[in-house]
Amino acid sequence: MADQIEWVALSVFIFFFALVTVMGFFAARWKSGPVSEHLDEWGLGGRQFGTWITWFLVGGDFYTAYTVIAVPALVYAVGAYGFFALPYTIIVYPFVFAVMPMLWKQAHANGHVTAADVVQGNYNSRGLELAVAVTGMVATMPYIALQLIGMGVVIKAMGLTGELPIVAAFIILALYTYSSGLRAPALIAFVKDIMIYIVVLVAVVVVPAKLGGYGAVFSAANDAFTAKGGATGLILKPAQMLPYATLALGSALAAFMYPHTLTGIFASKSADTIRKNAILLPAYTLLLGLIALLGYMAYAAHIKVSTPNDVVPMLFKALFPSWFAGFAFSAIAIGALVPAAVMSIGAANLFTRNIWKSYVNPGISHAGEAAVAKIASLVVKVGALAFILLLPTQYALDLQLLGGLWILQTFPALVFGLFTRWFRAEGLLLGWAVGIGWGSWTAWSNGLKPLATLDIGGASYVFYVGLGALVLNIAVAAVATVIVGLISPNRTGATVRS
Amino acid sequence: MWMLLLVPFIGLLWVPFYNFTEPSLFGFPFFYWYQLAWVPISSLLVWLVYRSRTPDEAP
Repeated sequence: MADQIEWVALSVFIFFFALVTVMGFFAARWKSGPVSEHLDEWGLGGRQFGTWITWFLVGGDFYTAYTVIAVPALVYAVGAYGFFALPYTIIVYPFVFAVMPMLWKQAHANGHVTAADVVQGNYNSRGLELAVAVTGMVATMPYIALQLIGMGVVIKAMGLTGELPIVAAFIILALYTYSSGLRAPALIAFVKDIMIYIVVLVAVVVVPAKLGGYGAVFSAANDAFTAKGGATGLILKPAQMLPYATLALGSALAAFMYPHTLTGIFASKSADTIRKNAILLPAYTLLLGLIALLGYMAYAAHIKVSTPNDVVPMLFKALFPSWFAGFAFSAIAIGALVPAAVMSIGAANLFTRNIWKSYVNPGISHAGEAAVAKIASLVVKVGALAFILLLPTQYALDLQLLGGLWILQTFPALVFGLFTRWFRAEGLLLGWAVGIGWGSWTAWSNGLKPLATLDIGGASYVFYVGLGALVLNIAVAAVATVIVGLISPNRTGATVRS
Repeated sequence: MWMLLLVPFIGLLWVPFYNFTEPSLFGFPFFYWYQLAWVPISSLLVWLVYRSRTPDEAP
């Protein structure tokens, strides 16, 4: 599609990329502590981020570059159904408000760095710790790969071809994450988020004005869906309602089980920081809802794309001057760097604390932990890069989808322990295994669609497979807990709650 | 007060409640502006719960 290089857009892009690179390396000295001497410093930025830094950081790594590309692409392709990201990112915050401050308190009191640390602290079960750690790492890898895809889409839109630009961008990212740790994405998130806010606010005002208002945008989209045969539309078909609601709920429960979002939680200064953020973070959700509508604007602007992922770049190129398109593309590319950095740090923390420390070197020093984590973050990023360069893109998408289902299965182990000690580690581990097994098998046999079908009394219900797997997971965990309790009434493993 | 946290779940997960095009607002079909309106509403509800709770003891 893009044959010649867009020099103006590219210059703007290179300027901003250079700016955040300098910031990334400089970040090591920002609010500085001994970055290489303690994992709390490298991996959690010193556990000192207040309300605003946390707002930018979590906003920057939860609402990823891939979101900006993929949500409008989905809305463009399937209409109202693609909008489930909105209820998902609304209901996630009451949940964050109620649960995450308790998680923070436990982690803070015991020096925990990862979700698996918290689980190990509550249940004293190496098996459950390993299950949570491995799930977190495996679910994160394809998520990082998706950020690369998001970056690749905008680089391609500027006329750059080949894989060299994305490799170069990623090496730079890997180097400053290595040297600065979580401080780098936290500082860069300020730039990224402000740029994205500017781009979206301009887009949602200027684009409809050019296209004849929101009424015209929605009616153009409606005409396009009707012309396609009416399988999807501006509102949900009756058969889409249950999938829509269960996808929203399941995604909301999974969102803060991921290592990158939890890293933002553990890095905050206080429980109150998290509560305030549960009130303030929905500002990004408003932004996401408006971004989603770009998918409809593409119809009103008569954009022709070869793949839905090109909707946003093509729309910006068609409607904006080159310099602003370059600004928007920089925002999206930088938007890929922040989550990719936090994800690799989250995965590196898991590897260091729950694999290396638990199985290789239990007596490791604080400085040793930081050193292992720095190397692990490089390995994770190179792995994600190799994934994108060597395997078909579809693999990353499929694995990310399965990753959402897998990470949701760590919910009972992580969250229930904050409220009750009734569940036993053996039960939770079995529930986790059954949830992952059934969920993966069901998604696989449906051609990797995230939906499962249940027939009850002649009626058939279609719902998000991850949520179904979670219900099964909890049921198995409860039954197994009762059975294990009958066999061995004394809890040998469990520690006293601090 | 903590029950207020459940209100957004009911308002957004019971889809038949808002799966309509009319009444539209500023060109937005009901389906869209209803869900967008829940963003500030749930922020407000969480804020009300935040205000009503007893603060953490000083660290």
